[in-house]
Amino acid sequence: MARFIVRRMAGMVIVLFAVSVLVFLVFNVIPNSNPAERLAGKNATPVLVKSIEEEWGFDKSLPEQYVTMMKKVFNGELTSYSPRIPVDERIAEGVPATLSLSIGAGIIWLFFGLLLGYIAAVRAGGKLDKFLTGLSIAGISIPVFLIAPVLIYFLTYKLEIFPSGGYVPFSEEPWEWFTHLILPWVTVAILSIGFYSRVLRSSMLDVMNEEYVRTARAKGLSERQVMTRHVLRNSLVPIVTLFGLDFGATVAGTAIITESFFNIEGVGLYAAESISKLELPPIMGVTLYGAFFVVFVNALVDIAYAYLDPRVRLGAAAR
Amino acid sequence: MEPVSADERGPWRLALRRFLRNRFAVAALALFFLIVLFVLAAPLWADHVAHTGPNETHTLQKLQVGDETREVVTPAGIPIGPQWFEAGGKFFLGADSRLGRDEMVRLMYGGRTSLFIGIVSALITTLAAIVLGLLAGYYRGWVDAVIARVLDVLWSLPVLLFGIALGTSLAIGGLKIGPLELSGGSIWIPIFVISVFTVPYMARPLRGEVLALKEKEFVEAAVAQGAGPLRVMIGEILPNLASTIIVFFTLNIANNMLFEAALSFLGAGVQPPNSSWGSMISIGEELLTTQPLLAIIPGAMILLTVLSLNIVGDGLRDALDPRSKVRLEAHAGIVEPEGASV
Repeated sequence: MARFIVRRMAGMVIVLFAVSVLVFLVFNVIPNSNPAERLAGKNATPVLVKSIEEEWGFDKSLPEQYVTMMKKVFNGELTSYSPRIPVDERIAEGVPATLSLSIGAGIIWLFFGLLLGYIAAVRAGGKLDKFLTGLSIAGISIPVFLIAPVLIYFLTYKLEIFPSGGYVPFSEEPWEWFTHLILPWVTVAILSIGFYSRVLRSSMLDVMNEEYVRTARAKGLSERQVMTRHVLRNSLVPIVTLFGLDFGATVAGTAIITESFFNIEGVGLYAAESISKLELPPIMGVTLYGAFFVVFVNALVDIAYAYLDPRVRLGAAAR
Repeated sequence: MEPVSADERGPWRLALRRFLRNRFAVAALALFFLIVLFVLAAPLWADHVAHTGPNETHTLQKLQVGDETREVVTPAGIPIGPQWFEAGGKFFLGADSRLGRDEMVRLMYGGRTSLFIGIVSALITTLAAIVLGLLAGYYRGWVDAVIARVLDVLWSLPVLLFGIALGTSLAIGGLKIGPLELSGGSIWIPIFVISVFTVPYMARPLRGEVLALKEKEFVEAAVAQGAGPLRVMIGEILPNLASTIIVFFTLNIANNMLFEAALSFLGAGVQPPNSSWGSMISIGEELLTTQPLLAIIPGAMILLTVLSLNIVGDGLRDALDPRSKVRLEAHAGIVEPEGASV
């Protein structure tokens, strides 16, 4: 296990390096104009552009520029220029809201996805089965930008069941925090419930054909014990991988759109506002931190996966 | 009379028959064609019914409906709601914002942009994925190592975030790679961004198939007959990938349209004066309390298009490969845990 973790961490460091180079290319090399002008934002004075040019060393070689950029990002010196606001501070302020949104939504979709998937597997071939198949196709097709306005319009403005937008920190008013987040949670979670239940269902149906399940039945365990102890536990392995990937994608993706619909002051809204102002430094910071977060979560998931399934770590060690 | 055995018909005709028997998929295909017709009819509707273009503003104009005059935009800045056919088809879905542009005309033209970007970027993705998959799977060795690693890294990225990053910095600066030069507002920029970041979702499974196909006897036979690498790749292996490619291409259009909508909604995709369904939602979102349809209708159009494509793709997979077990899972690009260890 230790060997697997070390190998995986080494792999992660390489990917992190590749990702940082990619971010550098995306912001400072691929676009076709003066990088200092792009960073300065709209209506920048020539003086500001000149000072950014010196600050970032855009007259130096590309590797030197790369090092300067990474130093700035990781020393917390990245700022937006009009007005001058430290990017790190804004990102740090937004993290609690973004994590509240993503973790809450993750819990909801995991809970309902597993529940429905379990029922569907136990009663394979029934109506619920067909319903879930439909739900999962609908789930991957319904865009957040349809669910969000529909929910907001009907449940917030028309029926006034939920408060309209905004984020209330948990430490200030836990109940308000909860009511303000219900709709955003549902918006994010509803897309994944059908998909997760189908994955669990097919994985459970596979496991049910295994011999150890027959053994468990043969030694006289009750059907419920067979299902929960043997079938469900072994079927959860693919769900773990899936959840890690999707959770990362939610934090660094879906959250941006959801936050801007519901006006949740998280990292995503900060990114969305920066896009509409065409301010690059915040987007640079959010992209780099977001990518690092996702790569890190993926590594954790792989380790969890190896822990759950010895075949993975032994296979990797033997390679 | 002797019954016709299944073997006498080509596999494509059999697949077509299986597809046509799936009523759900056929209905979805019909819906998709309707949507295509709808957006193709944009100039007709604009010239002969609405008598306005997608970017023409009508802020201070009044509309004669029967004996009544209605303001296109009220002094408070609220655009007129849907008129259906009351004004002879003008402002069928109302006006879009305080600029007073015809929402229906914009919906049709915006749909052209959305579908165009979805289809063209799917074509580019598919082409790139075929080339990469064939090269990596056929040559193996260091070619495969390089391609596979690059795909792994791209695959593990938060796609939307990188799409935003590249989309925004290109929107400001434009793009110049060799002879390829794009200005900041070009719709080829979102196409480029989407294609780059969706390649791994298709190239990885194709590479896997090529790896398996190369071991088959017919490849060995072709090589023994003196076929060069290019002929083996294109003449022998590629035809066997056709069904996978068709399915992935269909699903890819759907996926790319969602991607485009997300980018344009956030302002990192299609830039004004062009518009797409995604950018229409972000305009409509500001008036969600007074004119909710402005945000909901473009969203519903995206849903219908993407849903129909996903159902068609699923139906094609069933028809082309009746044995396939993993369906939606493969679309989401998650299935194989082997890719998890980078």
